[in-house]
Amino acid sequence: MKRHLLEAADLDRGDATLVLDTAAQIDQALAGREVKKLPTLRGRTVVNLFYEDSTRTRISFELAAKRLSADVINFSAKGSSVSKGESLKDTALTLEAMGSDAIVVRHSASGAPHRLANWVRGSVVNAGDGTHEHPTQALLDAYTIRQRLGRLEGVRVAIVGDVLHSRVARSNVRLLHTLGAEVTVVAPPTLLPVGIGTWPVEVSYDLDAVLPKADVVMMLRVQAERMNASFFPSAREYSRRYGLDARRMGALGDDAIVMHPGPMNRGMEIAAEVADSVRSTIVEQVGNGVSVRMAVLYLLLGGNEPA
Amino acid sequence: MASSAEPAREPVPGALLSSADVARVVDRMAHQLIERAATIEPGAPDGGLSDLVLVGIPTRGAPLARRLAARIEAFTGTAVDVGTADITLYRDDLRRRGVRALEPTVLPDAGIDDRLVVLVDDVLFSGRSVRAALDALRDLGRPRSVQLAVLVDRGHRELPIRADFVGKNVPTSRSQQVRVHLTETDGVDEVLVTEAAE
Amino acid sequence: MTNHLIKGARPYGGEPADILVTDGRIAAIGDSLSATGAEVVDAAGLIALPGLVDLHTHLREPGREDAETVETGSRAAALGGFTAVHAMANTDPVADTAGVVEQVWRLGEQAGLVDVVPVGAVTVGLKGERLAELGAMADSAARVRVFSDDGHCVSDPALMRRALEYVKAFDGVVAQHAEEPRLTAGAQMHEGDRSARLGLTGWPAAAEEAIIARDVLLAGHVGARLHVCHVSTAGSVELLRWAKSRGVQVTAEVTPHHLLLTDACAEGYDPVFKVNPPLRTDEDVQALRAGLADGTIDAVATDHAPHAVEDKESEWAQARPGMLGLEQALSVVVETMVETGLLDWAGVADRMSVRPAAIGRLSGLGDRSHGRPLAPGEPANLLLLDPTTRVTVDPASLASRSRNSPYAGRELPGRVVHTFLRGVPTVLDGKATR
Repeated sequence: MKRHLLEAADLDRGDATLVLDTAAQIDQALAGREVKKLPTLRGRTVVNLFYEDSTRTRISFELAAKRLSADVINFSAKGSSVSKGESLKDTALTLEAMGSDAIVVRHSASGAPHRLANWVRGSVVNAGDGTHEHPTQALLDAYTIRQRLGRLEGVRVAIVGDVLHSRVARSNVRLLHTLGAEVTVVAPPTLLPVGIGTWPVEVSYDLDAVLPKADVVMMLRVQAERMNASFFPSAREYSRRYGLDARRMGALGDDAIVMHPGPMNRGMEIAAEVADSVRSTIVEQVGNGVSVRMAVLYLLLGGNEPA
Repeated sequence: MASSAEPAREPVPGALLSSADVARVVDRMAHQLIERAATIEPGAPDGGLSDLVLVGIPTRGAPLARRLAARIEAFTGTAVDVGTADITLYRDDLRRRGVRALEPTVLPDAGIDDRLVVLVDDVLFSGRSVRAALDALRDLGRPRSVQLAVLVDRGHRELPIRADFVGKNVPTSRSQQVRVHLTETDGVDEVLVTEAAE
Repeated sequence: MTNHLIKGARPYGGEPADILVTDGRIAAIGDSLSATGAEVVDAAGLIALPGLVDLHTHLREPGREDAETVETGSRAAALGGFTAVHAMANTDPVADTAGVVEQVWRLGEQAGLVDVVPVGAVTVGLKGERLAELGAMADSAARVRVFSDDGHCVSDPALMRRALEYVKAFDGVVAQHAEEPRLTAGAQMHEGDRSARLGLTGWPAAAEEAIIARDVLLAGHVGARLHVCHVSTAGSVELLRWAKSRGVQVTAEVTPHHLLLTDACAEGYDPVFKVNPPLRTDEDVQALRAGLADGTIDAVATDHAPHAVEDKESEWAQARPGMLGLEQALSVVVETMVETGLLDWAGVADRMSVRPAAIGRLSGLGDRSHGRPLAPGEPANLLLLDPTTRVTVDPASLASRSRNSPYAGRELPGRVVHTFLRGVPTVLDGKATR
């Protein structure tokens, strides 16, 4: 493993499998236990540095760190020195001086975790940067797929929606490819990046054609604001062409699952009856997020000398 | 096997136990465990064996625990519960040793509460693995008592820990390495002493 | 005034000769010259070129003196072999009145290291709404001939047409920053394979090319001069080639960084590589080199853009675009154009001195002319280059007040040893004289 987890490409197949296997062992070791706490990272300090509101991701990382007995500091941009104009670099150096061993960073600017990694000696974990990547989301998605389907090699995954602006899509495309899955991205052409031809994916504009062949359908959040920038004409047209409703769910194979990184726009990209169906892994994904993030923190921090 | 009358000295590097030696040592330890179980509740119909749980510490403690259970069953006709407890996440020396892949932690369905848990490991050295295993057990349940069985005790303890069942005591120098190989993990049964590479 | 006898230099890379400089002019070029009282400058093995002229320099004064001043920028220019630089108008206040351009011009005169030639804004406050008083700037002491809203595109086509027409009255030229703003909202880097992967909003080549296509049609229609700033794409080169073949009076510049660097530099998100227009692909780099070699692109211009540390040591998206260029421009051209065989030394002089001076209308100013040949009687604006030394760029040792060099740690060929402005050494032995 590298010292930082900045993007899915930091993980080769061996590393990615190690994270998933470790998460599975942690899951199993903690299953049914009253004391869901391990002493592994006692005395280590993990900082959650969140420049964007994301309660679910922050809580997931916080829980993961606490279950490994690390000290956790939550540092959110609002109401802090950051809102008084402190630069990312100064914030990083301050946190380092306070003895942080790892910084979990969520930032609206693509590449902010890469910058951070240049300035601190501890590990940096990307918890979502702009429209770039969200590698732990991809890891928990891969973990969920493997748990449900028993494998990743050869699994056919359709990623549907706003690929252009989605850090979840970028991380999943890279990681799932690394792990041997076959990915198809489905979106209106306006929501696919120029240059997608170089990604290891199939591209389709037709959701109905893709669904019958998919083992996994991963729906991405589509923000209604995109409509105002003419990425698509109306929410209704988007939903009609690219939303997953009960009728479309009927086209899926028997064992196919439906995923969503959350938060969902029910009625936009996913219908309520799909989100709540037995195919949906949305609740499992949340739980798996904690195990996967424990595995990541253990593997990044466990063996390193403290910063 | 060396007589206990011989003065403690460092062994010459090479094979310490052969495959046949390992089998003989395991059998002897199985007998000792049977005797110990009988003292848990004297007069119990199964000789106390239903209160015994062998918990192997991965990597090689796990197959060793299974072997001991198999030999006990062969000698008594009674099956003994076996489990494994990976202690990696409880180690206090991760920073120096580095991370490694985790191995399963599996306890018998009946759990470990109010039972005699015997931790099984291949080599007893500093005692830190055992300390970590004791911490792990604390989070896994509340045994009546915990004892320790090791195939080889090589000395150099750093903690006040001793084994209840020892296959073989081997005085070593710190620079030496004791390697236990088992068929399940290494394709062969043997115990070797080597000089650590510089 | 001290006279100088430059011994053994190779004018335009040719046979060694002595150059005698007296009273600010080149008095003679020939073998074994001697002159009593003249200071001898040993230039054995050095290449003599006419002083370089930059069409595109950001000196930041007034307004951001923490990033650069006219004086520090002038020193950087002299060390790079320049004798004249055009100071861009996007200062604070904007150089959109005779008062501001005269202030900048006077600061340049006081520094005395290069001729600082102010560029006037095309529109008031660079806002793209109404024309600035272009005539007043042209008539001022600063004698403005190049007008540009650089940093912003004059995107309104009607306004652009009027600007092109209006400056004909005083032989001016509009230097367009070609970027259709509606296509580059939030743009961070070249739109392509890398932007897709890095999750940075793309700056499509078409946003530059669409404006160039429009502007060459407008310039052709009204018979005006158009200059295109920092051309960055292969498509732009094609459009310029087409326009020139149709007789449009269009000229264009390319920056050193667009001749050398590609969007691969964005990997790692170090904003020192963030620039507008963005670094493009290798294919674009090759097309730009070819365009400069065949004359489709007339000039190399630095787009020297100093930025304070805090404006670069940040997230990519928050950082200001732009990079230093004056001190390494000639070395980059040597690496990309001379060592590749695309230009000879006369070609370098043409693209970095003769043509930019002609575009800025600096060639016919008598004693104050630039871009003149190395010949007796001409103003003694010249540089002497050691072409064999390779220098590893250390931003801390640059004369610029800023440190945002994209060449940090890179070894580049060539070192400017001496620079003369009207016979006065501004750089001797690689050190600025003031």
